[in-house]
Amino acid sequence: MSGAAIAAKPAKKKATGRPSSFRLLINNTLAATGLVVLTLIILIALAAPLLPLADPDVTAPANRLQPIFSPDHVLGTDALGRDILSRLIWGTRVSLAVGISATLIAAFFGSLIGLVAGYVGGRTDNLLMRGIDMVMAFPYILLALAIVAALGPGLINALYAIAVVNIPFFARNIRGITIGLSRREFVDAARLSGKSHVNILFGEILPNVLPVIIITMSTTIGWMILETAGLSFLGLGAQPPQADLGSMLGEGRKILFTSPHVSIIPGLMIFVLVMSINLFGDGVRDVLDPRLKSGALSRPVARTAVKRTDVPEAPAEQDAVLDVKALRTEFEIGGDIYKAVGGVDLKLRQGECLGVIGESGSGKSVTAMSIMGLVPTPPGRIAGGAAWLEHEDLFALSDERIRQLRGSAVSHVFQDPLSTLHPLYTVGYQLTEAIMAHQAMSHAHATEKAAKLLELVRIPNPAERLKAYPHELSGGMRQRVCIAMALANDAKVIIADEPTTALDVTVQAQILSLMNTLQDETNTATLFITHDFGVVSAICDRIAVMYAGRIVETGTTEEILANPAHPYTRKLIDCVPVLGEPGRRLDAIEGRPPVVNRLPAGCAFADRCPYVQADCRSGEIPLTELGRDRAVRCIHPLTGEGPNV
Amino acid sequence: MSEEALLAIENAERIFGGGRTLFGTQLPAVHAVQDITIDVRKGETLGVVGESGCGKSTLARLIVGLDRPTGGAITFDGRDLVADAASDPRALARKVQYVFQDPVSSLNPRKTIRSILEAPLIHLLGMNKTQRAERLTELMDAVNLAPEFLDRYPHEFSGGQAQRIGIARALAADPELIVLDEPVSALDVSVQAQVLNILDDLKARFGLTYVFISHDLSVVESVSDRVAVMYFGRLAEVGPAKSVFAAPRHPYTHLLLNSAPAPGKRSLVPEDANTELPDPYNPPPGCAFYARCPRGTDECLAARPPLLAAASDPLHRAACYHPHEKTSAR
Amino acid sequence: MAAYIAKRLLAAIPVLLGLSIIVFLIMAMIPGDPATAILGSYATPENVEKLNRDLGLDKSLPQQYLIWLGNLLQGDFGRSYALNRPVLDEVLERFSATLILAGTSLVLCSVLGLLAGVVSAVRQYGWTDKIVTVLVLIGISLPSFWLGLLLILAFAVKIRLFPASGMFAIYGGGDLPDLLYHLFLPAVTLAVVATGVIARLTRTAMLEVLRQDYIRTARAKGLKERHVIYRHAFKAALVSVIPVIGIQAGFVLGGAVYIETVFQWPGIGSMLVNAISTRDLLLVQGGVLVVAGAYVLFNLAADVVQTILDPRLR
Repeated sequence: MSGAAIAAKPAKKKATGRPSSFRLLINNTLAATGLVVLTLIILIALAAPLLPLADPDVTAPANRLQPIFSPDHVLGTDALGRDILSRLIWGTRVSLAVGISATLIAAFFGSLIGLVAGYVGGRTDNLLMRGIDMVMAFPYILLALAIVAALGPGLINALYAIAVVNIPFFARNIRGITIGLSRREFVDAARLSGKSHVNILFGEILPNVLPVIIITMSTTIGWMILETAGLSFLGLGAQPPQADLGSMLGEGRKILFTSPHVSIIPGLMIFVLVMSINLFGDGVRDVLDPRLKSGALSRPVARTAVKRTDVPEAPAEQDAVLDVKALRTEFEIGGDIYKAVGGVDLKLRQGECLGVIGESGSGKSVTAMSIMGLVPTPPGRIAGGAAWLEHEDLFALSDERIRQLRGSAVSHVFQDPLSTLHPLYTVGYQLTEAIMAHQAMSHAHATEKAAKLLELVRIPNPAERLKAYPHELSGGMRQRVCIAMALANDAKVIIADEPTTALDVTVQAQILSLMNTLQDETNTATLFITHDFGVVSAICDRIAVMYAGRIVETGTTEEILANPAHPYTRKLIDCVPVLGEPGRRLDAIEGRPPVVNRLPAGCAFADRCPYVQADCRSGEIPLTELGRDRAVRCIHPLTGEGPNV
Repeated sequence: MSEEALLAIENAERIFGGGRTLFGTQLPAVHAVQDITIDVRKGETLGVVGESGCGKSTLARLIVGLDRPTGGAITFDGRDLVADAASDPRALARKVQYVFQDPVSSLNPRKTIRSILEAPLIHLLGMNKTQRAERLTELMDAVNLAPEFLDRYPHEFSGGQAQRIGIARALAADPELIVLDEPVSALDVSVQAQVLNILDDLKARFGLTYVFISHDLSVVESVSDRVAVMYFGRLAEVGPAKSVFAAPRHPYTHLLLNSAPAPGKRSLVPEDANTELPDPYNPPPGCAFYARCPRGTDECLAARPPLLAAASDPLHRAACYHPHEKTSAR
Repeated sequence: MAAYIAKRLLAAIPVLLGLSIIVFLIMAMIPGDPATAILGSYATPENVEKLNRDLGLDKSLPQQYLIWLGNLLQGDFGRSYALNRPVLDEVLERFSATLILAGTSLVLCSVLGLLAGVVSAVRQYGWTDKIVTVLVLIGISLPSFWLGLLLILAFAVKIRLFPASGMFAIYGGGDLPDLLYHLFLPAVTLAVVATGVIARLTRTAMLEVLRQDYIRTARAKGLKERHVIYRHAFKAALVSVIPVIGIQAGFVLGGAVYIETVFQWPGIGSMLVNAISTRDLLLVQGGVLVVAGAYVLFNLAADVVQTILDPRLR
């Protein structure tokens, strides 16, 4: 969760100080090349009347089929002795004009249909989209052929045919986006602000749809030029003496074997034109697509990159199952470095449950995901520290060793049980797969074991439920399956990242008590990530409170709740309403946490702290021991009543 | 009681789907909200609490006219709200407003805060430019935001700030009733308190009436005068917040309160039985909570229990044949 | 599953009816006297009058449609005046040749496209990815009719590896090796564009899937990376790529028009082009209807495969 929050931040920042879209486009070599070539072609085509060219339509039978580089005809002449260069430039003009017009027509009508169908919905949508489906039910070019057949061959008729055939493409794309936008709350909000439907459709929705229309246009225009050229090639588009690139190619085909240049040159021109449009269109798409900008389409590798600048020494004695020292995890996004985790120490002993608590962006989830290398790279990397699982430093192991440990020695339970289970495989398949990844046994044996696991997590009818797909189970049942999966190979450590946050209260209570019972039965150690002090109280023995990527206080659950020593912990407890104490005044924490790419010197909480002193704002604030298992990162900790000055 | 009610809901029902296909086969229907009868009095905060899928958000949309009930009546200040929503939605929007759950998705990413906040002033109140400028300053002040923010875009704001803008927009047309649909559940706890305090402040300052919808029992308890507990599209229990939280009568309310985690509460006592909601396409004839209820009898299976007042407290009603009487939940 | 397929087949009926209405309306759009337009300028007055009566042009448009549809259902697609034989016979004969060409191409582009897409997603930003990306861009920018000409020049004229045209050798031949020999160039040409499109969308789908929470779960379980990519990610990506393959079938069937013209393949595409230039409109109408109908059935099959893969759609 906090990983996503961090990834979302640079997008915010970029919007204010980002390089302009044009700069981004130019930085993309391929797109820039496309733009340059395309501009050149368009300029030459526009300048055709001004250039010293031979008349493209004047025939000169005496000069027929001159080869290229002939003295008067750089690109030679065609079968009727017409200058190919001149015809090429004039033909390009026609092809471009037809392609652009067809795109504009298709984009206008298609987008209009899509917008109306998506926004109005119901019967109108049904009717419009059934019509669109009918058009889509024809193989692409076939409908264009039928239309040209009826209207008769000709360039304008070909243009209409191609435009009509492409309308569904726009309509479906735009409709999909519009439906998504229409369900967004800002549309309801606009309605409650008194805006009319027309006003909402064109004032609120259209501005959000426009980038998609532009992307769709930039990706289809090349295609439309190809298709109109195709119709002309077949003799169904431009009619002599008018010529576009397609008809030139079509005429040249008859003399392919004797004078190949007559057909190869216009074909090459079509290819270069369409290629430059496609290169440029891809660049436009990359600039306008927010997913690409935020890196949402880059593929995370199997394990977080480890680039440690410092490696702490192994502890002399091993009193914990998992011992994390000075862990630092960073995200590098757009040249900025976000120190999501800035030096975290954690000790997890056998059989205990340690709660890591913090708000979004505090680095709690990133800490948990760093341990087994599950932080997505790019953009994440482990920049320092070590994590010892018994005697192995997890950040120094080979990828294969990490794979062996994942799911066996250390297993995970994640937040949303619907998205964490594979939607296309049965629960049974996913469980047996987890078992067989680490234990050599037959499939039948593994299935038997999977049923036992479901029984362990109190799922009634386990053998039956193995055949169920995740979407057929309720949220609580799915989370039980995830827990069963975590228990499949007798893990020593379970890392649970907000495992109950997505669940209803009554289900959450069940899952928490199940985890409590299982912990007693199996004696595993649990690292439990949450934002809720109530949940922590229900399950954790000890707590570590995180703020801006560091642990600010640790101790047993009782002690911290009764006597928080860090002002942040105190304020965090006080700002939550507590059931049974409705009269209590909520003590809000003013301000916002610092952004982790620009942390202040000294205490990160200083700006929001009511007890702040001058010395809080300089130097490193160490984590000070306050007794066994109790530490606080504050130089003026609270002691029961008021600040200790 | 109904005479002083600002908002009166009577037997409201909202069914999704249903109807028939071209060939006359019955399409499946979901009863999102059924048989809801409840009043909201001027100046009070009615808390509506329930788990996901209980129909609380549907109820909220019915109240602001974003959705229409398929049965029953809703009156606001003595006028038929459902008819008004159809004939003159702007008149209704001047009196009843809405604060959305997701502060980010409720602001159009391509509009400045100024144009978002001006929309209700133009379309609902028909203000001119100077009036609007004056009102915008007032609004930003009311939600404790600097006026410089007016020319920024929504993505430049944190969740808490965005939610305050959402509140300012609801406030713009100077409504009498504001429906708050999970206004703080998307926010971090430290920001949650800021927003709750502002809401409290505004209510006192402008004499507002709130319908506050949430799944979080402790939040509802801290803001509400009266509370309605919903289960499977119906009211399970209604009463003054103090009595409902101190002495819940419906077994479902008991379960909710026992399940809710609280700092310092070690053991949550969960039920062992299944937690599956009944099939919404095929609701049971009796009490929907029967399958999960420790007190269920054959009576509960046969017919739906009516919402009846307690002998000791006529304002505290529960839809249960075997309600808890004057015992503590904890 | 059988019930589902039956349901989908039933649901295809309105689509097929819609197709027939569109084709009917397009033909009704023909300017001037339809009978003359259909029969061409060489038609005798008797023929025009007979056709006018046959077509029921004195009746209202919906009535005309119903009569026409009734004839279609009895297999009467009319007579081709240029070829002087029943439209349906000619169309079916030609369509089988197109099916061989388009089917081979579709298999080629699906296999190559999926493979290229997966590889380039897995090696995102690596050299393989860059090469595939450029090849894909070239592929979707190439005019297929021009590529066909280039291939003929290179492989049939210069090095004489493959024949330049036709489906079978004129003398001898007629067997399977002869067919494959003639099929190679046109099938490859036809597959190029569709391969690019499929590769592109497969890459995007894979990248999207690889970021899903369930992929993180698969890795957290300690599954081998190969298993994660080919079992977990590829299956999920396939679900979104299959409709694309369905749509590509349409592009391949349509693209066959060019390729058949270039390679003189005796399929329905070259038949249509000839029929349009000779204004043999009944033949055009019959050809379009049959190909569109086949395309609808193919998409239905793609839907069924998608449903088999994704239990959520059931």
